[in-house]
Amino acid sequence: MKIEILGTGCSKCKALEEAVKQAVAQSGRFVQIEKVDDIQKIMDYAVMSTPALVIDGKVISAGKLLSVAEIAALIKAQ
Amino acid sequence: MFDWLDSLSGRFVFEVLGLHEESALGTALHFFVYDTVKIFILLLGIIYLVTLLRSYFPVEKARLYISGKHKLTGHVLAAIFGVITPFCSCSAIPLFLGFLQARIPLGVTFSYLISAPLGDAVVIALLLSLFGWKIALLYVLVGLLIAIVSGLIIGALKLEKEVLIEVKEIGDISYTSEELLFQHRAREAWEYTVDIFKKIYLYVLAGVGIGAFIHGYIPADFITHYAGGNAWYAPIVAVVMGIPMYSNAAGILPLVEVLSEKGMLLGTALSFMMAVVALSLPEALILKRVLSLKLISIFFGIVGFGILLVGYLFNAIL
Repeated sequence: MKIEILGTGCSKCKALEEAVKQAVAQSGRFVQIEKVDDIQKIMDYAVMSTPALVIDGKVISAGKLLSVAEIAALIKAQ
Repeated sequence: MFDWLDSLSGRFVFEVLGLHEESALGTALHFFVYDTVKIFILLLGIIYLVTLLRSYFPVEKARLYISGKHKLTGHVLAAIFGVITPFCSCSAIPLFLGFLQARIPLGVTFSYLISAPLGDAVVIALLLSLFGWKIALLYVLVGLLIAIVSGLIIGALKLEKEVLIEVKEIGDISYTSEELLFQHRAREAWEYTVDIFKKIYLYVLAGVGIGAFIHGYIPADFITHYAGGNAWYAPIVAVVMGIPMYSNAAGILPLVEVLSEKGMLLGTALSFMMAVVALSLPEALILKRVLSLKLISIFFGIVGFGILLVGYLFNAIL
């Protein structure tokens, strides 16, 4: 599984990246995490509000800082 | 609405603390307690309500409504949506490009981008609590007008080549809303409100503190005479001062309230508030990554000029 965090460096984006790392650590699964800063790449996902969370190429949420528990639930659902 | 608070804080200061009602210290402290509690209650309440309502109008929905509309309608809609959708300057870039991707003209996109920060929840909450609903409404209407006119001008200048990034147009824009439970929205709005409140409450305290001091100790003619409340250049100073400020503006507004009671003009105060939110330096730095310096300067120039006009107009008629 691959989780991408789309964001151009706002404080919420960093917070979301941290939350994803924690959730992945809790899940004990092998998940590739990537922080995407490149605007062009972010636009390719047609996302208009950051931070956005992308799991395996699919936009899951945009403009929201999800909690660790919420992300853990998303990982489990995959 | 806040008579109960007035008498409660009066009783606290004059009866519990035993200060004399006519004394400068008594008046100042009464004002401080009353104003702080009033502003805090209204700030929390209004920011919470605004945030909760906005969660029903995501920007993706706004984009869908605006795209493909006739030019003037597009500008008006963009400005209105700017006020009612949630906005964070940190996502100004994806938002900007997302509009262009949907083939929304540059000028219309700017109408949105100018109006969105003007509808800042903190500013609206402060204006409502300090100056009443008429001034707050006036602020919103004037903000819409500035956004529409500035967007029209930028659109007429044909500056499309000043966008430094290649925008791939998307053929079909669609929007599927995710159904969120009310409890979920309410919780998120509350978390956001607390977050904002933590950032600004110290500034508010400081502002009300200085305001209370002026209220109790400094006579009105001193302000009009020395602080240059009605000098012709006051709105210019207000706009220039407003550009580098953000959170700390929350502390300046309570101060402006006291100053306007003592002779500073309200147009100047409105100019200042608009400059704080609409011409923000951090936002300019973010936009610098996708817009040429020329376009950003034109954007700041036109909006700054509009804000100045508003300041002079209101100083003249209010």
